[in-house]
Amino acid sequence: MKAVITVIGKDAVGILAKVSAICAENNANVIEVTQSVLQDMFAMIMLVDITAISSDFVELQDSLTALGDSLGLKIHTMHEDIFNTMHRI
Amino acid sequence: MLNVYDILETIRMIQDECLDIRTITMGISLMDCIDSDIDRACEKVYGKITRCAKDLVRTGEGIEKEYGIPIINKRLSVTPISIVSAACDAEPVKFALTMERAAKECGVNLIGGYSALVQKGFSAGDERLIRSIPEALASTTCVCSSVNVGSTKTGINMDAVKLMGGIVRQAAELTVKEQCFGAAKLVVFCNAVDDNPFMAGAFHGVGEPDCIINVGVSGPGVVRAALEKYPDADINELADIIKKTAYKITRVGQLVGVRASEKLGVPFGIVDLSLAPTPAVGDSVAYILEEMGLEKCGCAGTTACLAMLNDAVKKGGVMACSRIGGLSGAFIPVSEDAGMIAAAESGSLLIEKLEAMTAVCSVGLDMIVIPGDTPAEVISGIIADEAAIGMVNSKTTAVRVIPAVGYNEGDVLDWGGLFGKGPVMKVNRFSPSKFIGRGGQIPAPLHSLKN
Repeated sequence: MKAVITVIGKDAVGILAKVSAICAENNANVIEVTQSVLQDMFAMIMLVDITAISSDFVELQDSLTALGDSLGLKIHTMHEDIFNTMHRI
Repeated sequence: MLNVYDILETIRMIQDECLDIRTITMGISLMDCIDSDIDRACEKVYGKITRCAKDLVRTGEGIEKEYGIPIINKRLSVTPISIVSAACDAEPVKFALTMERAAKECGVNLIGGYSALVQKGFSAGDERLIRSIPEALASTTCVCSSVNVGSTKTGINMDAVKLMGGIVRQAAELTVKEQCFGAAKLVVFCNAVDDNPFMAGAFHGVGEPDCIINVGVSGPGVVRAALEKYPDADINELADIIKKTAYKITRVGQLVGVRASEKLGVPFGIVDLSLAPTPAVGDSVAYILEEMGLEKCGCAGTTACLAMLNDAVKKGGVMACSRIGGLSGAFIPVSEDAGMIAAAESGSLLIEKLEAMTAVCSVGLDMIVIPGDTPAEVISGIIADEAAIGMVNSKTTAVRVIPAVGYNEGDVLDWGGLFGKGPVMKVNRFSPSKFIGRGGQIPAPLHSLKN
């Protein structure tokens, strides 16, 4: 089972590190990361394996959302199925 | 790896363009609750609903979190109560109170099925149930009611049409203090469907399984935003864009339905491929029509735009899900659609135009506020016209009008939330009372003979 974490907002130092730290705390393995900074807008998409996470998926979501709120970023953590279903036949 | 553009598109649809799952509706059969003793029957009804739906809301909320997609409503539909109450020699309002209690216990926001199917005539219990509808709606908050008065197969039961004009009025009169809200929870159908997940017209048809999950999708905002990117496209291209967008919207409905069915251990029924608007800005079907090039919804060309939209939504959605059902198409409820409200207030959208639009959209005259002094026979006339459109075109049509008792033309009824607000619209004052008073049955059209 995989989840997609998207982080969108104003660029700052240490975003990737903070998000990755929460993933590590919850034993969510980061599989792939793409990120880009356009002007000063930061957009990062992270694919993580949540098969063996140590907490509940909802807890992981909540802690990432809370991190986003504290940094003034929008962080969405969604099951990859919604993207696969919508964009692949 | 998933394409970055696709991921951001999905997130934008949900965040900015109001994409949501409008409803997960659990259909529950109450056939096994029938009892000649009304109290015992109500006890069984309460027991069955609360047993089947105890996890519905929690499961829905879990899926919302998991996929990051809002599921606005979790609802219930039950076997038409006229069937359940037929064996009891007592006032059926008790069933409405039981439904209300069960719905509150389960945490759902609406429960449908205080209904009767009388397209060919009244059977035991039907008339008594219909006459009790105004009181049932006035004494409950989340119970919804519907009556099917006609079908392509049977023609139109004009005795029921006559009766319903008065019932709609009474439903409004008994709820004057709540801005006539009773009438907003009552739908009069022709060709009602058994697996409709949308309110107020949902009921659990008699041929349905014991318990089932149906899903209604939404997404007018997404379609409008997609069209906005192609200001100079011709109509073929517009139709293609709508199809592609409808496909994506419907896929999410399918995903949520399958997941809910797995988690609840209840079979998955259908996805209702619908563009269901909400009063939120940016979630309007009228704005899609205007995006296609109309100055204001209701002007000449509106019916053609709506016909194209309705068809493209279905074509796009068909391949996206395993089973399609319900009403499937674009809804045009006036009070629940910011663009329709604005068009009605500006005088561009009239009831006569809405009637023409119902020939090519998903349902019918929906959430329209009419003057409070509209006589019952005029309401019956409106119902008869709408039923005739449904009967002849082999489609579902419905009337949900709200007589604004105690208000004047130009006033606005405002219920808030999903029901929205609507200005009082003009109705033709000439009387059809002689026609309505005749009673009887309009025979089924020739093309109903398919065998």
